[in-house]
Amino acid sequence: MTIVESAERTADESAPDSTAPRRTHIPERTHATTAPKRDLRGTPIDEVFNVLGAAAAGIAISTLLFGWLTPMSGLIGWVVVSFLGFLLVYAVLTSLRADALAVRERIMTTLFYSAGVILLGALIFVLSYTVIRGIPALINPNFFVETMSLAGPLDPLSSGGVAHAIMGTLIQISMALVITIPLGITTAVFLNEIGGPFARFVRTVSDAMTALPSIVAGLFVYAAIITLVTHQRSGFAATLAISVMMLPIIIRASDVVLRLVPHNLREASYALGTNRWRTVWHVVLPTSRSGLVTAVILGTARGIGETSPVLLTSGVTAEMNLNPFQGPMISLPLQVFDFVKSPEPTMIARGFGAAAVLVLLVLTLFIIARLIGGRGPGQLSDRQRRAASAASVRDLERIQATHEVARFAHDPVAANAPRKPKGRPPADLQWRMSRQAARAAHRPAEQTQATAEPPSAPSAPEVAPPSGHLAPPASTPPLDHDHPTSEENAT
Amino acid sequence: MSDAPTEVLPHAAGPRPRSLRAKPVRADRVFRSVSYAAGGTTVSIMLAVGVFLAFRASDALGVSGFSFLTTQEWSPETGTFGIVAVLFGTFTIATIAMCISIPLALGTALLISEIVPARVKRVLIMLVDLMAAVPSVVFGLWGLFFLQASIIPVSQWISTYFGWIPIFAVTDPSGAHITDAGAYTSSAFIAGIVVALMVVPTQTSVMRESFSQAPLGEREGALALGSTRWGMIRTVVLPFGRGGIIGGTMLGLGRALGETIAVVMIISPVFSLNWQVLKSGTNSVSALIALRYGEASQFGLSALMAAGLVLFIVTLIVNFSASIIVARSRSGADSN
Repeated sequence: MTIVESAERTADESAPDSTAPRRTHIPERTHATTAPKRDLRGTPIDEVFNVLGAAAAGIAISTLLFGWLTPMSGLIGWVVVSFLGFLLVYAVLTSLRADALAVRERIMTTLFYSAGVILLGALIFVLSYTVIRGIPALINPNFFVETMSLAGPLDPLSSGGVAHAIMGTLIQISMALVITIPLGITTAVFLNEIGGPFARFVRTVSDAMTALPSIVAGLFVYAAIITLVTHQRSGFAATLAISVMMLPIIIRASDVVLRLVPHNLREASYALGTNRWRTVWHVVLPTSRSGLVTAVILGTARGIGETSPVLLTSGVTAEMNLNPFQGPMISLPLQVFDFVKSPEPTMIARGFGAAAVLVLLVLTLFIIARLIGGRGPGQLSDRQRRAASAASVRDLERIQATHEVARFAHDPVAANAPRKPKGRPPADLQWRMSRQAARAAHRPAEQTQATAEPPSAPSAPEVAPPSGHLAPPASTPPLDHDHPTSEENAT
Repeated sequence: MSDAPTEVLPHAAGPRPRSLRAKPVRADRVFRSVSYAAGGTTVSIMLAVGVFLAFRASDALGVSGFSFLTTQEWSPETGTFGIVAVLFGTFTIATIAMCISIPLALGTALLISEIVPARVKRVLIMLVDLMAAVPSVVFGLWGLFFLQASIIPVSQWISTYFGWIPIFAVTDPSGAHITDAGAYTSSAFIAGIVVALMVVPTQTSVMRESFSQAPLGEREGALALGSTRWGMIRTVVLPFGRGGIIGGTMLGLGRALGETIAVVMIISPVFSLNWQVLKSGTNSVSALIALRYGEASQFGLSALMAAGLVLFIVTLIVNFSASIIVARSRSGADSN
């Protein structure tokens, strides 16, 4: 190839005429006819019209049925009939242009999309319905700072509020977290890092407890703590009930997160000579930190929203009670339940207001959880990745610098006649080598001695070659048959 | 180079084998005992719940004996109480919830794992997770104040045109069809819809995970043989995800059986077997506990404990079979 090229070039230089053969032959495109490029990604226009037409037809059919032909009524029925009409018309329209397979594919895809739309529509509808009906209560600032102790069922929304329930929720969930976070995460660590038959037993039992209905957890605390020990409902009893319910959730979620920590990280840590505790504290837990935080926050969101264990244990009150060990202490979900039992419209509005506060609280927790976590262990954000790669570049330079010193120190051949790379190393490598050299030169002598000193060479820093000879192992000379390498010379 | 003498280190000369037994340092011993203590505490809390339930329930079960499983009324004070009506109601609500939630969960899971692009996928997964965190009292509010009013015409329509199917009929004791809207409120049907919305997220996430584990090679093979996307889903994704479908369904069933507050808000409790799901009046074990615990005597509490224990055992069986099915379907796909 090179010979041809050089011959050609000399020919070009000696006789620069236009008849010289071209090096690459590009076929002429004139005789080839290519079909127009098909659009494989977008939706064809007739498909769009099919969907629109079918939707219009479905709505028309159901409006006709509901308004004139049959005595049917109700919004939900109208939507259902519209949807069925849409599917039917869409299938017919598609079958005009496509075969049965394509029709089936389109119909199934439509069904999948509609399942998703129904589900998410229900979610958005439930949340926004609660918040919108809660707005009349929420626009009164007293709703957040007053309690219901002075407000009766007939009072307007401008008096009374749910401050006591908000405080109750915060106190109960904080105490529950104080119990469940250490216990839950330590148990999850036990399941993953210690193992053994007892750990399997613990895992089975905690899996079984995720099946415990929350009302039964409340009943347990009611019967075991309230009727036998304290004889009164209190925030602490509610805390215990929430903890019994949240503990298996947190254990399970943390267990899943810890199981995802790659094994080679643990093995690398053990290979460096750490003990088990340090591996857990410095490798396993930091790696899974975001996942653990997410697990805890999602468990908290579940715990805040649970009504049934609280219903049996915390008791209903209209007053602010900040002492969890004495007297009833209501929380937000229970307050909602209590408000809407009343037939008074203002009380129902207050119930929706409290529910809206609860929804906003859960949403906030959820968003925080997503911002912090949502990534598996080892998956980093861009900033974390940059920080990690910068740290590993620093480590690499440090290790390389100390290694070069050590290699030259107890390898006399290399120290006396350092192999010089034949070509110039690439620019960035050169830059890094000079930086390494500068760092090695500036480093205090005793530190170099401490880090670089191999046991067999006590006088390492003295024999270290001048910095210009530092050659990274990557820049060994390329194998060349014309010139024998230094090894061949030595033998 | 090759004839360089191998250096023999002086202390390696003796053939004395090194002891390979690891001796944990003190930090490790402390860590180990703390971990064991945490595991032991967890187990003891949970066993305490189970044992306490069983112990207290045994009072009531000893009095009622086997009739606990066959009696319909619930009046522990007079000694005639049984769980059959409430358990029947629980299963009715859960069955209706499953009928609605399975198609929804299946469709959404396939939509997320197979159809939408990656960016939308993340958003959808997040929204489904958010739905799992919405408090049940909020769903209850929605069901009570919105759904009930707008679903009654649908109930009436179903019972008018499909009343010849016994479960859809709504009749008074003499057997005549009722059209009055009041007979359709607070029914198992409405409670079932609300519970369905609450269990769909659980089912969706289990199903989605199992679908996403269907092997890429088989998917591409199906597509390369000319199958449509639905054909690929039907022949590759669904068979591989069967364990996830069953397991996810049963996990959702476990939640549906134990759901309390939304059901309490919607139903009007009756202690009889009501086969007509559209008709007002049903019951569930958790609603029974929530409504009766306050007025219960010590013996009444024991009877409620017995009901709770039965519910717990049912959900335990459902959950364990679900996790066994899910685990079996994941065999070989483990990350370790």
